Amino acid sequence: MQGTINSSLIISPKRQLFSIIKKRRKLQIRSIMNHSFKEGVTDCIPTLLGYIGIGIAAGIIGKASNLSILEVTLLAIMVYAGAAQFIITGLIAMSAPITAIIFTVFLVNLRHLLMSMTVAPYFKRFSLLNNIAIGSLLTDETFAVAVNAITKKKSINAHWMQGLNLTAYVAWILSCIVGAVLGNWLPDPYQFGFDYSLIAMFVGLLYLQLISDKTHSIRRNFSIMLIVTILVIFFMRYMVPELALLLATIIGCLTGVIIQKCK
Amino acid sequence: MQISIYSLLVILGCGLVTWLPRIIPFLMVRKMRIPQIILDFLSYVPLCILTALLVQSLMIYQPDRWPTLHYQYALATIPTVISAIITKNLMWIVIVGMVAMALIRLFLIYPE
Repeated sequence: MQGTINSSLIISPKRQLFSIIKKRRKLQIRSIMNHSFKEGVTDCIPTLLGYIGIGIAAGIIGKASNLSILEVTLLAIMVYAGAAQFIITGLIAMSAPITAIIFTVFLVNLRHLLMSMTVAPYFKRFSLLNNIAIGSLLTDETFAVAVNAITKKKSINAHWMQGLNLTAYVAWILSCIVGAVLGNWLPDPYQFGFDYSLIAMFVGLLYLQLISDKTHSIRRNFSIMLIVTILVIFFMRYMVPELALLLATIIGCLTGVIIQKCK
Repeated sequence: MQISIYSLLVILGCGLVTWLPRIIPFLMVRKMRIPQIILDFLSYVPLCILTALLVQSLMIYQPDRWPTLHYQYALATIPTVISAIITKNLMWIVIVGMVAMALIRLFLIYPE
């Protein structure tokens, strides 16, 4: 009786070694997690100027359209999409019907569906909660940074993505609040070229995407870019820019697939 | 700190319709395998969406009229592209772009 109790209490050296390895691996994983979260935060920094400039502008315009600070903040937290927030602010100021506003915003933000579909497969191995969190905070910019990392074959994981996403989210909410609270005292965010930072970012992300893209030939990429450019300009004649963007993107992608199939 | 039922409903509704397209693909890929044709389609999304975002922000939208080119932005894009080719670093590209834009405003707008 005593013998059996003793033998279950004594940990064999082999087991001890195993538990040490396990503990060490756990620590290692944790340090990798911390490391990649921090790396995600760092990778977000170049895009922050864009968020801050536009966020402050969104806050100022919200306040100028008689939204309360609470409403501006809630918009930033719940909707978290630059163009849509400007549109909502404008439509609320016009007291447009609720259903009309919601439908417009749905269409304007439908591009997120394409972006989420593109990055989702790379996060399949992580938990459901992680995936929902990543999807909830995906924006044009964090999408582009993530895709860039994927094409460069950089090992990205959920913690890196959370770091990237959360940094952008916090910067956006704070900028909107600052814009709404201090709007009247702040210098025009469009001064000093702040407004251009977003466009510069698109230029940079597009260029980095082009040079790191190994799956499509540069010639095919250029012809698709030309088609998308013409389509965006054409559609902007007849519909709001965000819808023009969505349609041009879908047709551009279809063209790519068709060229690929014809070869 | 006040909020009307109207704007609360607008914010919640808009939040929901923005959130769903963001997360649904993440739920779908767990349940099913994506066919190759869809993967081919998606492989063009980054290029197309970034091109469209860039072109859209370089143009000025006017309802029911042809969009016009934003000349200042277009001008600032030249040094920005050059800095992209030289540095291949996002931070530098953004800084060069902003400085270029500020200089363009300083020298092209104020003398008028």
